[in-house]
Amino acid sequence: MPLLEVTDLRVQYRTEDGPVHAAKDVSFSLERGEILALVGESGCGKTATAMAVPRLLDGGNATIGGKVVLDGTELTRLPEKRMQDIRGKDISVVFQEPMTSLNPAYTIGKQIGEVIRRHTDMNRGQVRERVVELLELVGMPDARRRLGAYPHELSGGMRQRVMIATAVACDPKVLIADEPTTALDVTIQAAVLDIIRRLREELGTAVILITHDLGVVAEVADHVVVMYSGRHVEHAPTAALFDKPQHPYTLGLMDALPARAARRGGRRRLTEIPGMVPPPTTDPDACQFAPRCARADAGCTAKRPALSRVDDGHLVACYHPGPGGTA
Amino acid sequence: MNETAVDETGLAAGQAAGAEAAALGTGWRRSLHRLLGRRMAVIGAVMVVVFLGVALIGPYVAGSSTRLGLTDILAGPSGAHWLGTDDLGRDVVARICNGARVSLLAGVVSSALAMAVGVPVGLAAGYFRGWTDSVLMRINDVVLSFPYLIFAVGMAAILGPSLHNVIIALAVAEVPSVIRVVRGETLVLRQQDFVQAAVADGTRDLAIMWRSILPNMTNTLIVKATVAVPAGILGEAALSFLGLGVQPPQASWGVMLTSAQQFLAQDPLLAVFPGVAIALTTLGFNLLGDGLRDVLDPREL
Repeated sequence: MPLLEVTDLRVQYRTEDGPVHAAKDVSFSLERGEILALVGESGCGKTATAMAVPRLLDGGNATIGGKVVLDGTELTRLPEKRMQDIRGKDISVVFQEPMTSLNPAYTIGKQIGEVIRRHTDMNRGQVRERVVELLELVGMPDARRRLGAYPHELSGGMRQRVMIATAVACDPKVLIADEPTTALDVTIQAAVLDIIRRLREELGTAVILITHDLGVVAEVADHVVVMYSGRHVEHAPTAALFDKPQHPYTLGLMDALPARAARRGGRRRLTEIPGMVPPPTTDPDACQFAPRCARADAGCTAKRPALSRVDDGHLVACYHPGPGGTA
Repeated sequence: MNETAVDETGLAAGQAAGAEAAALGTGWRRSLHRLLGRRMAVIGAVMVVVFLGVALIGPYVAGSSTRLGLTDILAGPSGAHWLGTDDLGRDVVARICNGARVSLLAGVVSSALAMAVGVPVGLAAGYFRGWTDSVLMRINDVVLSFPYLIFAVGMAAILGPSLHNVIIALAVAEVPSVIRVVRGETLVLRQQDFVQAAVADGTRDLAIMWRSILPNMTNTLIVKATVAVPAGILGEAALSFLGLGVQPPQASWGVMLTSAQQFLAQDPLLAVFPGVAIALTTLGFNLLGDGLRDVLDPREL
């Protein structure tokens, strides 16, 4: 049985313009120590999908449907009090913005310690030692001296390390990293990805990595879920996705990568995907990508394509899959 | 790994010094320095300090405020009585000093009580939102729709005249505005990334309010206090002037004004001194508050 199993997850927001479907029938599973990447452009529902797992969506406006089973516990129907015990302990989150994700009023030692104290029975001294150990784990130089540092004394990269140390403080089973490298510069990005990989190896943490950066995906992910307009359009092992992308949208994403475009016939120009993302308030029974797709025909707009297997562990929701040319 | 680590410690100093200067919370020394650069704020601070000195030490130095004088009645300023005496021969300096103590007590205690009630209620309303918020804020709107002083007069009239009751009345009248400010600030802070991060760490609601939200609105609360304290001082003077507060023979600036009223023709100075005391104290707090508001930059008020 997988560690985390998400089945037909639906996330809806109530807005003044009617319901917004942020995630529609998304399913995936995660094994211990696996790194799964959720990719797609802004607004495709990758964050909504991932944050629905620990139920961190705005409680008043979002409704979550489907099933989320973590280690045998169904999370979508758990009372909020029980869910609070799970957050930070079994599932924790690293956010995109390290600059603003730490409480400016307390030292980092106290902030990390607070989470440990919340979820364990360690005494003061033990908590302190654990915090030092965690800071060393995430590569904080001079960890013991940094315990008394306030967030404004640290750089973005250092703060992101603190965020990661906080997130893994209680050895979570699942770590959700929401664009953990987007706000950082390139050298620090590499260091943060390195930390994530090491956590997986040393602690066996399973990671859901939300990103729009295919470079990051290629570097660390084991499996990839490509999302488009709230739906799961392709799901594959990382190598297979890059070797033989099947969905025209995935192909479009790849063609927009500089390195890849250069390799394909040395074109200087990057190709973009024509058209716009459909509005999230609609959910027609058709392929959502069809209006922007060169392969689309009448069948594509008549009925929504289901996810089907094209190869071992490689799923795609398209009537005309295949790695051929797109636009 | 090592290379990036070295790289980053170099970066840390530069970044921390730059954009983060304006960060919330810390930086008290910088704020103090900026405050001292503002002339009006410094003048206000000096006035407040003088007022505190008079209120705390004055009564011991100036002697009894209720000792009657049989010879000097309605006497002008002299060597023996620097600000003269009132209609019962009591020393005006002593009465001003004792009045300052009453004012300080009324201003500070009523503000503290208002904060003690308003802060938790405002936090709860802003944090939980939903029906808790709706109910609390509608009640609040009703109370806020009465002018502060009218509400305090009404409360004091119901409770009966005494300093205790004045303080309670002023505190109750002040609570709604504290709630409104704290709630607004909570709504903003709630959306901050570090609060969301605390939620994601499984932190309980009370701990989030206490540790993530409250400490980050200290600036706002300090500025709010510099508005609430002089309002309390003014309120006490007004209620005592109307006979709803401190009762003679005890001294209070409001009481002094009331009794001076009858002798305006014979001794107009008798009304001037408590009036000036009220004006200067309120002005001092307001100037200081203005300076603090500019320096600490709270979002509301």
